[in-house]
Amino acid sequence: MQKELLHYTLRLGDNALILGHRLAEWCGHGPVLEQDIALSNIALDHLGQARMLLQYAARQKGESYTEDKVAFFRDITEYYNLLILELPNGDWGDTLARQFLFDTYNYFFYTELLNSKDDHLKAVAQKAIKEITYHAQWSAEWIIRLGDGTEESHQRVQKSIDDLWMWTGEMFTMDEIDQKLIEEGVAVDLAPIKEQWHQKVAEILDVATLKKPQDDWMQSGGKQGEHSEYLGYILAEMQHLPRMHPEAEW
Amino acid sequence: MTKELSLEERFQQYVDAENKVEPKDWMPEKYRKTLIRQISQHAHSEVVGMLPEANWITRAPSLRRKVALLAKVQDEAGHGLYLYSAAETLGADRQALVKDLLDGKAKYSSIFNYPTPTWADIGAIGWLVDGAAIANQVMLCRTSYGPYARAMVRICKEESFHQRQGYEILLTLVRGTEAQKKMAQDSLNRWWWPSLMMFGPTDDHSPNSAQSMKWKIKRKSNDELREEFIDKTVPQAEFLGLTIPDPKLKWNEERGHYDHSEIDWEEFYDVISGKGKCNKQRMDARNKAHAEGKWVREAANVYARKQAEHSKQSAA
Repeated sequence: MQKELLHYTLRLGDNALILGHRLAEWCGHGPVLEQDIALSNIALDHLGQARMLLQYAARQKGESYTEDKVAFFRDITEYYNLLILELPNGDWGDTLARQFLFDTYNYFFYTELLNSKDDHLKAVAQKAIKEITYHAQWSAEWIIRLGDGTEESHQRVQKSIDDLWMWTGEMFTMDEIDQKLIEEGVAVDLAPIKEQWHQKVAEILDVATLKKPQDDWMQSGGKQGEHSEYLGYILAEMQHLPRMHPEAEW
Repeated sequence: MTKELSLEERFQQYVDAENKVEPKDWMPEKYRKTLIRQISQHAHSEVVGMLPEANWITRAPSLRRKVALLAKVQDEAGHGLYLYSAAETLGADRQALVKDLLDGKAKYSSIFNYPTPTWADIGAIGWLVDGAAIANQVMLCRTSYGPYARAMVRICKEESFHQRQGYEILLTLVRGTEAQKKMAQDSLNRWWWPSLMMFGPTDDHSPNSAQSMKWKIKRKSNDELREEFIDKTVPQAEFLGLTIPDPKLKWNEERGHYDHSEIDWEEFYDVISGKGKCNKQRMDARNKAHAEGKWVREAANVYARKQAEHSKQSAA
């Protein structure tokens, strides 16, 4: 087992799991049935990706591990998702702004992950890229619709983008885990992704008649297991049943 | 000399000959109204019915169960959509139907006013509530109104899958730990009677049934459907090793059906009238989603209008 690869796999798996969890909270509460269905679909895609990645993590950890053990029996400091994904959903504009900012990143990231020398990550990327491409299109369309919709929707989604901005920097931070795996050809170099992301986000925000915020202080820490308070509540809700009956099968 | 037939009589003959009524066909106004009421109530039930199960998605005890449950609840939303569309073929307006639900004027299946406090309830809903719904919906696949019948064929396929999924959740629980078995039995205790009530009042208290049967909207009475459901479900409970909470439940050789205790109809009417644990919670949730989605729907409409104008201008 390689420590760095496991950590890297968990980062990707946790991103998918925590975002899938947040999006699933919308199920039954969307602004209109059609969009309720669309968002559930996207949540399902993320949860499907989470399962593939956490199964891979479980395999790396050893025989006694399963995807469920990895998901339900890790505590907050052992979760490595991006902080932006654990933030509460807020309103439809907040959720869609987060989708847009993350989906755009995820699209460039997974496009690059297709070239990974790790066969398993590469296979995940091959399966996920179609879904992620659709997510990025869908959320960009929504940002344009809300930005160029009514006066109210314009103001609301501008505020969502502004509020979320300080959480976007973490997508591009790299530490020794990234460095080591980039050298091995396994991980994605985030420097060019950052450029592509800024360009695409600027382009879509422009069409949406929205302003791109200035880069200022950026939050980080999720990738190293240093989280906000929100993740604790997600895990409490998600994990309570298997933890209450640790010997049970479901 | 042949008597001149009225439109109503010709309609009845047409239906009696097992023909399907289509949206543009002439139909008695009462037939149209009955169907709009029934189909929209059915659509509302699918949408409100998402809530008791959706609240377990974030708490499902395995990733496989989480994905299956989310997909299931999403299917219910899809059923709501087909059914609203079926109602629209009768000239109803979806927004007006939804408004009636939100204003408390339209009904939905009262079963969804019961809470889902434990994970086993997700199994019990799939097995019993979807099971009871299927009994009704299989009959509706042959209903006289074409679009409704066709929507039902598709819905029934998905519902059967949900039912097996629910049963499998319970099967896993009863083969599990003592606590899991207890959870499964407790859930059956709570859902058994409300599931039987889903078929509606007894035939002698169901005033609209006779006309619906005549028009072949319905093809079996409430009591017939309930009996079929009980006969099918009792052996399934036995296979699970669970006890149905009815001491009088007993196979009647002569009738070829199970005998059972009286249903507590007072509870049924109480829950319909708003006294269930979750009536207010369900309606509040629907109203909140609708109110908070208003600016989103408006933005989408305004944007679509702007786009249409742009393309008109560029075409000109």
